[in-house]
Amino acid sequence: MTQSNRADSRTPLVEMRNMCISFGGVHAVDHVSADLYAGEVVGLLGHNGAGKSTLIKMLSGAYQADSGDIFINGERATITNPRDARRYNIETIYQTLALADNLDAASNLFLGRELVTPWGLVDDGAMESETRKIMARLNPNFQKFANPVSALSGGQRQSVAIARAVYFDARILIMDEPTAALGPHETQMVAELIGQLKADGIGIFLISHDIHDVMQLCDRASVMKNGKLVGTVDVDDVTDDDLLGMIILGKTPGNGAV
Amino acid sequence: MTHSEATPASKPARKSIIQLLELDLRLLGMVVAFAILCIAFDLATGGRFLTPRNIFNLTIQTVSVAIMATGMVFVIVTRHIDLSVGALLATCSAVMAMTQTQVLPDMLGLDLGHPLIPWVTIAIGLLAGTLIGAFNGWLIGYLTIPAFIVTLGGFLAWRNVSWYLTSGKTIGPLDPTFMKFGGISGTLGATGSWIVGGLALTGALYGLYAARRNKKKHGFTIKPLWAEGMMAVIISTAILGFVAILNAYEVPARKLKRMFEAQGETMPEGYTVSYGIPISVLLLIFVTVAMTILARRTRFGRYIFATGGNPDAAELSGINTRWLTVKIFALMGALCAISAVVASARLANHSNDIGTVDELRVIAAAVIGGTALAGGAGTIYGAILGALIMQSLQSGMAMVGVDAPLQNIVVGSVLVLAVLVDIIYRKRTGEA
Repeated sequence: MTQSNRADSRTPLVEMRNMCISFGGVHAVDHVSADLYAGEVVGLLGHNGAGKSTLIKMLSGAYQADSGDIFINGERATITNPRDARRYNIETIYQTLALADNLDAASNLFLGRELVTPWGLVDDGAMESETRKIMARLNPNFQKFANPVSALSGGQRQSVAIARAVYFDARILIMDEPTAALGPHETQMVAELIGQLKADGIGIFLISHDIHDVMQLCDRASVMKNGKLVGTVDVDDVTDDDLLGMIILGKTPGNGAV
Repeated sequence: MTHSEATPASKPARKSIIQLLELDLRLLGMVVAFAILCIAFDLATGGRFLTPRNIFNLTIQTVSVAIMATGMVFVIVTRHIDLSVGALLATCSAVMAMTQTQVLPDMLGLDLGHPLIPWVTIAIGLLAGTLIGAFNGWLIGYLTIPAFIVTLGGFLAWRNVSWYLTSGKTIGPLDPTFMKFGGISGTLGATGSWIVGGLALTGALYGLYAARRNKKKHGFTIKPLWAEGMMAVIISTAILGFVAILNAYEVPARKLKRMFEAQGETMPEGYTVSYGIPISVLLLIFVTVAMTILARRTRFGRYIFATGGNPDAAELSGINTRWLTVKIFALMGALCAISAVVASARLANHSNDIGTVDELRVIAAAVIGGTALAGGAGTIYGAILGALIMQSLQSGMAMVGVDAPLQNIVVGSVLVLAVLVDIIYRKRTGEA
């Protein structure tokens, strides 16, 4: 496995060690380790079914690992549900976006973390106001605050999902195929946003099967195949073809097959 | 995103009056349908349908189903169903009937008519309903048995628990205070009704004002003042008109005479007493307001709709959807208990067949009221209006003299037709 040339003196923001999970006898993720430093983007690459989403869902609390340890800032973390993950400032943008289509943008943004009045009632006014502020920053064209999100375009829905992750001061951001449903213009916006968040010191796991995305946006890339980690490489040290070889053949550059 | 820029330009700048008033089109449609129905029956019965007396009867007949329908909205919105509400009502009614006629007087030695009896009875009934509902919710949420199956089983089981508890006998007479919750034997009278009407009016107007102030505070667009004024006029007319109609229904002179004679007095000439708002209707109004606040202004309500719209998203947002299911069904159970108070009090006794086919009437009311079986959409006021439409249809046809089998055929057809209209409406407006 290629060791990161980043200084070992720094504690990683996230460290997942020997993560395992199986579904009905199939080892979806088999002893996989990965780490992420503050202000860094780590790409997770692999074919469909390679286990990248599954690995990340153990971090976001959607799945519970069979075994393995997660360390946040060097401290052991117990994450058994999405609420736990949120407590560690882990925010996730799911591939499916995980929006309640019948609710408006503000309700979705604050879902599970509603702003309330002193009487304990949900404060729709305050939430819409906050939503307008963050949307003005992320997607200034966004105007449909009163509509259910089912009435929004793919890009608008994506920006609601991103706003939800960004609003709550995420320190660890997981993005699962954030540009899969987007056009070139919107993809560019997401790329700019990633750069901005990185500069703010947020660590980002970016799941993708688009090598160009990864080469352009990521600092390091971890490649998975059949539930196992092929290797982790510095993006600057490898070519597109090297990454492709890791994804398809399970070979790390120079080391031969794992 | 180009789409959102293009829309304002392509739309005419002038908004329609309905948009300006921010009226719910679906609600408007239902109100119009209901009005047409009432007028048609009034014409067909030669003016007997829209009399204060009949309107009074309609409201008290609707209460029991309407209370349960508000809970059914939550159940259906989260993509569940409850087929056991009628049976649950019967069990709660049986528990309360036994409590007030046998358990409390015989075992605890409270005399019949003791002032504590009705309140202890109601508390026990509510507890029973809530626990049974929570049990259903646990089976559905935690053991993941489909709601259809759990409540189909409950439909048989609880109906017969009720039978078992009472040995199938009719239990009565019930406590006189308890019976005040039934309708005609417990009303507020003219003055009381006007006071309630005044309070309701104040509350509604304050609600309008507070909503406007809140929008202003956050700098959102507000309706023009005349539109707010028009809403205020519509609401005031509705509230005060309702009170006036119920107050116009007077206690029959013969009944009054008998009451005076019973006290050894003679009735003064020209003496009249109004019934006014029945306590059961007041109860329904409280339930409606409370359930609407729950649905719209609390996290609980927000989570119900989010879960109905996308259960996975709700789960990933950290909502404990299993516990939510338990709470929803517990609430449904509590509402069944309240309905049981109203239903048994109206009959003045507990009978073995109380609440039969209520499950279907409750589901029909919620669905006619615009609750989508696919989940995620539904309103409390819609369900109440749905219950009112069902009841009007039923009693209207009875008054016109439609044969009983035909009545049920019509009601069944209307249910199916209402859902078809709803589907077409949703397609047109592009709602999910």
